[in-house]
Amino acid sequence: MSILVDKNTKIICQGITGKSGLFHSQQCRAYAKEHRPGEDVFVGGCTPGKGGTEIDGFPVFNTVEQAVQKTGANCSLIFVPPPFAADAILEAADAGIGLIVCITEGIPVLDMARVKRAMVKSTSRLIGPNCPGIITPGVAKIGIMPGYIHKIGSVGLISKSGTLTYEASWQLGNIGMGQTTAVGIGGDPIIGTTYIELLAMFEADPKTESILMIGEIGGNAEIQAAEYIKSHVTKPVAAFIAGATAPPGKRMGHAGAIISGGSGTAAEKQAALEAAGVVVAQSPADMGTAVKKAIEKRK
Amino acid sequence: MKIHEYQAKQLLSAAGVKVPRNVVAKTAAEAAEGYTKLGGEIAVVKSQIHAGGRGKGTFKQHPEQRGVVLVKSADAAKDNAARMLGSTLVTIQTGPEGKLVSTVLIEEGLKIARELYLGVVVDRESGGPILIASTEGGMDIEVVAHKTPEKILREPFDVEAGLRPFQARNIAYRLGLEGPSIRAAEKMLTQLSKFFIDHDCSMVEINPLVVTAEGDLVVGDAKVAFDDNAMFRHQDLLPFRDLSEEEPMEVQAQASGLSYVKLDGNIGCLVNGAGLAMSTMDIIKYHGGFPANFLDVGGGANVDQVTEAFRIILADPNVKAVLVNIFGGIMKCDTIVTALLTAYDKIGIKVPLVVRLEGTNVDLARKMLAESGKPIIVGTDLTDAAQKAVKSLGA
Repeated sequence: MSILVDKNTKIICQGITGKSGLFHSQQCRAYAKEHRPGEDVFVGGCTPGKGGTEIDGFPVFNTVEQAVQKTGANCSLIFVPPPFAADAILEAADAGIGLIVCITEGIPVLDMARVKRAMVKSTSRLIGPNCPGIITPGVAKIGIMPGYIHKIGSVGLISKSGTLTYEASWQLGNIGMGQTTAVGIGGDPIIGTTYIELLAMFEADPKTESILMIGEIGGNAEIQAAEYIKSHVTKPVAAFIAGATAPPGKRMGHAGAIISGGSGTAAEKQAALEAAGVVVAQSPADMGTAVKKAIEKRK
Repeated sequence: MKIHEYQAKQLLSAAGVKVPRNVVAKTAAEAAEGYTKLGGEIAVVKSQIHAGGRGKGTFKQHPEQRGVVLVKSADAAKDNAARMLGSTLVTIQTGPEGKLVSTVLIEEGLKIARELYLGVVVDRESGGPILIASTEGGMDIEVVAHKTPEKILREPFDVEAGLRPFQARNIAYRLGLEGPSIRAAEKMLTQLSKFFIDHDCSMVEINPLVVTAEGDLVVGDAKVAFDDNAMFRHQDLLPFRDLSEEEPMEVQAQASGLSYVKLDGNIGCLVNGAGLAMSTMDIIKYHGGFPANFLDVGGGANVDQVTEAFRIILADPNVKAVLVNIFGGIMKCDTIVTALLTAYDKIGIKVPLVVRLEGTNVDLARKMLAESGKPIIVGTDLTDAAQKAVKSLGA
């Protein structure tokens, strides 16, 4: 088992004829081929105006609606440039895509507010934007992460950051652990899916035995997650919060990574998580071992 | 993107929000003319910098001079402006280095009955814009929120519809406004919310919002910032950017597609990915060192970008060692080492350089580093690299 992604996931890419869109679609397809030879996992893509053509074996459609009709896709990976990304997300939702993964970085925050509002009644789930995507090791990779770093295992991983997720997965691999599913939720102020929803999914997933949560400065999502963990999560949880040394009022790369008005600091997030019984790694080199500690603590 | 108070007032006024009559001055003579033009008895001379706390701030060159001053004559306007312009204003928000004042705003004095607070920001929790109001105008709102959270009114509003008139009236009554002020508040709050959305703002702060003796509402001070990600659809706002207010290296980094923030430590960091870049700073501190910067070279990291990144890091005279931390994902480690070695030759790095590589093609990359003949210190993992970087300072 896993969350969000399973053997029935059929993926298309919005923006497949762009450089990144094509490259990562090829990578995702190769991952699927390696792990599930003979199965059709990555089934095509969309670029308005290029429908009816083919790119490296991927059929291209003008609209997501057409792609869904022809391929049965239920998941979309979005590489559309920032000015058009919000529209792309809504197009996918409108076409009934159940899982929308938006990689695009740099979407105006009010565009995301509009997306959030428009999707209130939608049954689609949005992951991201500004995220590395999702991987269920051995099943499917829907994102830009290097597949081989993610080993099959029992840790549910939720992270705001890309390379830090790779770092954590690699550390887990070094101590013989892997993930059920790793989800990059994104570093923007307004995102589709946040910690709490994923914590609930991992808590309910029978294969997930522990959870690693990687957060960073800015906002209070980690603090809300801590409250939720306290009352709803029975599985061992470990965490790391990046940005303990970040100065206030400065944006640290991610649009959402900013300490404003003295709140959103790493210290307050760490304290809230610790108070919820979470094992918090003080050094980013200890994310993997923190998971081990969290498991041992429960024994 | 932040703008100055005088620019914010110009834009707000154009959007129908009431601001005091004012004159922008770049010279002392213009300040005197401005006072005369306004024609009132009392005027305010306000230094224009991208930082708060100006009223209590003082100038490096003129320790007795405050950043915001009430004047009662053209001569006083002139003399104060003369001391402000070309001088460095230090406030609690500027840091000890202060900021150079090159513009002053001369404003008519208002008959102040009450001072309120109004702000609009993006609320992560409700996933949209939110209006924040308080009776405690003129105070630092963060202090108010901390000490008396009950005095902070929060009203999330719809990004498509804007703040509805009834929401504005609710806030107005809760602020204790009455009589003609209710109608004035309804107008101002709805206009302000529309302004926020129309201009893709990341922040609008009116502090204080002045209630005049006549019951009118006028913007006392205004802070406006725009969402950098939305500037592509606001080309008309680009001329409002004041590059002299920004850290020069951060501007240069931005132009090269790098994300860089200067800090005050002595170990430079070059990292791929924002989260890993923050973590690299953190682990340096964890092992007793001080990071000199945040730098994310992004996912692409080609020779040009890595070269530029080194240039930016080494331009900081405080940097006494550099830690490169790369987790090669799709980007292969050997590609990064090629970029690294090329940059090394181009720049001529004279401080200790510690490199930690992990991920795709790491063995090949390490071999390339070892065979390069360059005095590069290899960190075997994150901890080892951070410790070696800290240690290299003592050597």
